[in-house]
Amino acid sequence: MRAIGIILAGGNSNRMRELSNKRAIAAMPVAGSYRGIDFALSNMTNSHVQKVAVLTQYNSRSLNEHLSSSKWWDFGRKQGGLFVFTPTITADNGFWYRGTADAIAQNLTFLRNSHEPYVVIASGDGIYKLDYNKVLEFHIEKQADITVVTTELEEGEDCSRFGIVTADENDRIVDFQEKPLVVSSNLISTGIYVIRRRLLIELLEKCVEEDRHDFVKDVLIRYKDMKKIYSYEMEGYWNNIASVESYYKTNMDFLKKDIRDYFFKKYPDVYSKIDDLPPAKYNPGSVMKNSLVSSGCIVNGVVENSILFKKVYVGNNCTIKNSIILNDVHIGDNTHIENCIVESRNTIRPNTTHIGENGEIKIVIEKNDRYSL
Amino acid sequence: MIKKEMIAMLLAGGQGSRLGVLTSSIAKPAVSFGGKYRIIDFPLSNCINSGVDTVGVLTQYQPLRLNTHIGIGIPWDLDRNIGGVSILPPYEKSTNAEWYTGTANAIYQNLKYMEYYNPEYVLILGGDHIYKMDYELMLDFHKANKADITLATIPVPIEEASRFGVVITDEEKRILEFEEKPPQPRSNLASMGIYIFNWRVLKQALIDLSNQPGCDFGKHIIPYCHERGDRVFAYEYNGYWKDVGTLTSYWESNMELIDIVPEFNLYEEFWKIYTKSDVIPPQYIAENAVVERCIIGEGTEIYGQVYNSVIGAGVTIGEGAVVRDSIIMKGTQIGERTVVNKSIIAENCFVGFDCELGIGEEVPNVKFPKIYTDGLVTIGEGSVIPNNVKIGKNTAISGGTTLDDYPSGLLKSGESIIKAGDFR
Repeated sequence: MRAIGIILAGGNSNRMRELSNKRAIAAMPVAGSYRGIDFALSNMTNSHVQKVAVLTQYNSRSLNEHLSSSKWWDFGRKQGGLFVFTPTITADNGFWYRGTADAIAQNLTFLRNSHEPYVVIASGDGIYKLDYNKVLEFHIEKQADITVVTTELEEGEDCSRFGIVTADENDRIVDFQEKPLVVSSNLISTGIYVIRRRLLIELLEKCVEEDRHDFVKDVLIRYKDMKKIYSYEMEGYWNNIASVESYYKTNMDFLKKDIRDYFFKKYPDVYSKIDDLPPAKYNPGSVMKNSLVSSGCIVNGVVENSILFKKVYVGNNCTIKNSIILNDVHIGDNTHIENCIVESRNTIRPNTTHIGENGEIKIVIEKNDRYSL
Repeated sequence: MIKKEMIAMLLAGGQGSRLGVLTSSIAKPAVSFGGKYRIIDFPLSNCINSGVDTVGVLTQYQPLRLNTHIGIGIPWDLDRNIGGVSILPPYEKSTNAEWYTGTANAIYQNLKYMEYYNPEYVLILGGDHIYKMDYELMLDFHKANKADITLATIPVPIEEASRFGVVITDEEKRILEFEEKPPQPRSNLASMGIYIFNWRVLKQALIDLSNQPGCDFGKHIIPYCHERGDRVFAYEYNGYWKDVGTLTSYWESNMELIDIVPEFNLYEEFWKIYTKSDVIPPQYIAENAVVERCIIGEGTEIYGQVYNSVIGAGVTIGEGAVVRDSIIMKGTQIGERTVVNKSIIAENCFVGFDCELGIGEEVPNVKFPKIYTDGLVTIGEGSVIPNNVKIGKNTAISGGTTLDDYPSGLLKSGESIIKAGDFR
């Protein structure tokens, strides 16, 4: 591959409500057995991008733990491999990453010391499969300066938290609006870009000079008439998990057979860190309906239209409906959980009820001592 | 300088012919166990959990699955700069080329491998038991007794002791006598086939007996050292230890895992068992499915009913199918409305629609009455069962079968269809 990869995983969003207290969005558990960043990382390795930098900032402990060994994505290489860049104080910089462009600019050495001609920039919160080589081919064929990977949102979906793209019949982007109040098109940017490495260095040096920090605002929008910026519309599933609603919806999408088959069975695979958990166990009293269950779970109760992440214990006589139970949660006997996201490493007391009402998803965070129940 | 206190040699070359068609194309240590694992995962995990980071795995019979499973040892953290796991197949020498003719002969042919690590002690292991054991405790015992050889032993009920090799010891646990399958056992301490040798003692004994045909630890090396007056001790292990050498014991020990609190608990944080997982996604249990008293591996999709069973990773159980008291291994598909009773179905099989497995009277298997017993239906790796057939008890199937193989759509109890693999 002629490109290096950069994954922007520093982000946090208040749209994630309490879920982001604990970790960066890219480290959010997804689809039972994965983390958000697994999708971008697997796409990188499946596209033969062999040198990838992950830029982290916000609450990166959970993410760093996940990335502590790069072998799960086949990045354990002598040449290239996985680099994790957290902001550091240097002789000429004492700032945190002040924006996406600033995050990359603070690591310009990584770009300067590479020899691959192109850079693939992706975000750590997209759930999708994409061969970046196809984007690169498109980029070369169009003689583009920057290619933005876009996708069309379905009618009725809320576009207002994305960058809205308008392209001409040649796919050249003529208008780019970041999170506009009035939406003019449903073609949105997925936050995946392909750009020549030298051009990226040049543009970022300019940003540093002018004290600008945001890749979308200060590069894409600012240069949209001066540089040839193209839109590559991707096919297949794409979703972003940066709000509670979209996080819930994305997870629940995996209860659909076609989406499961696309991600779990179709080549290429999505990789993740291996946890050495035993197979899921169903004791007498377990009733399962339309649910996903990960390894290490023990079920004694009723689970319906829900996703149990790794190592969840469901006690006797419990009912779990339309809910997402994150990793390592212990649910005491006779508990009722409906329309909830239960935060990881939780212990839910027996005989309690948690229901998200009026279409709202309730986030359950309880810090009970597991062994005193 | 390279120096390892103790290295392990894991004997994984045997076919395990009492497992019938399950081992027709893979070695016994590579047979799946418990919905996710392979038998060899237990000794390998015990090694790394005991701090033994250098393991030679001796392979011979059908090693491909073992080789791909072990790879460079990543799942067990045995990918090391110095040491780690090495696969040791028999190889050609300038003067002769010889298969491994016995357990000790296999070790003898790899003297150079052991010498390279300059060990004090060598741990000899088999690849056919399910157990969790801290070999370091056994080594402590070995050192405390200034032993030359220590055998791991386990107390068994005295009425069953005649099935094992038993040892008779003095109060200090020094072994006085060995009895191989004694009709009238005088002790209930059975040898587990696990030994710690002082490296020098092992090396000398292997060289001394290098001309012994089919040189075996239990039959030749240990008696030889014992007669010579070496200090041979018995270490008593008191945990779960299960031989999975026969189809019945294999089936039983799988079934024990689904007890509410199993005696052999895989869910404990302590002493984890590691394995190579190439299937990561969660399992899906459909709207009309039933899962009761079972364990199920990653990526499996259940549309039918599963009772009292151990289901591996990447399995599909079709709508309306009913699986009872069975073991179904990785990647197998069970067709819609098919009923599976007390069966062992190996990896990547395809069972068609509307079949019934494990029906009728129990009749001894005609060809192998000692192997296919207890009413089990055993189906070897990669087998295909066509739609609409009925299969009786104590039966075995291996290979792609078509309706023509089933007279009037039935395989009678006690019959076999063997079309593929080494076990015939």
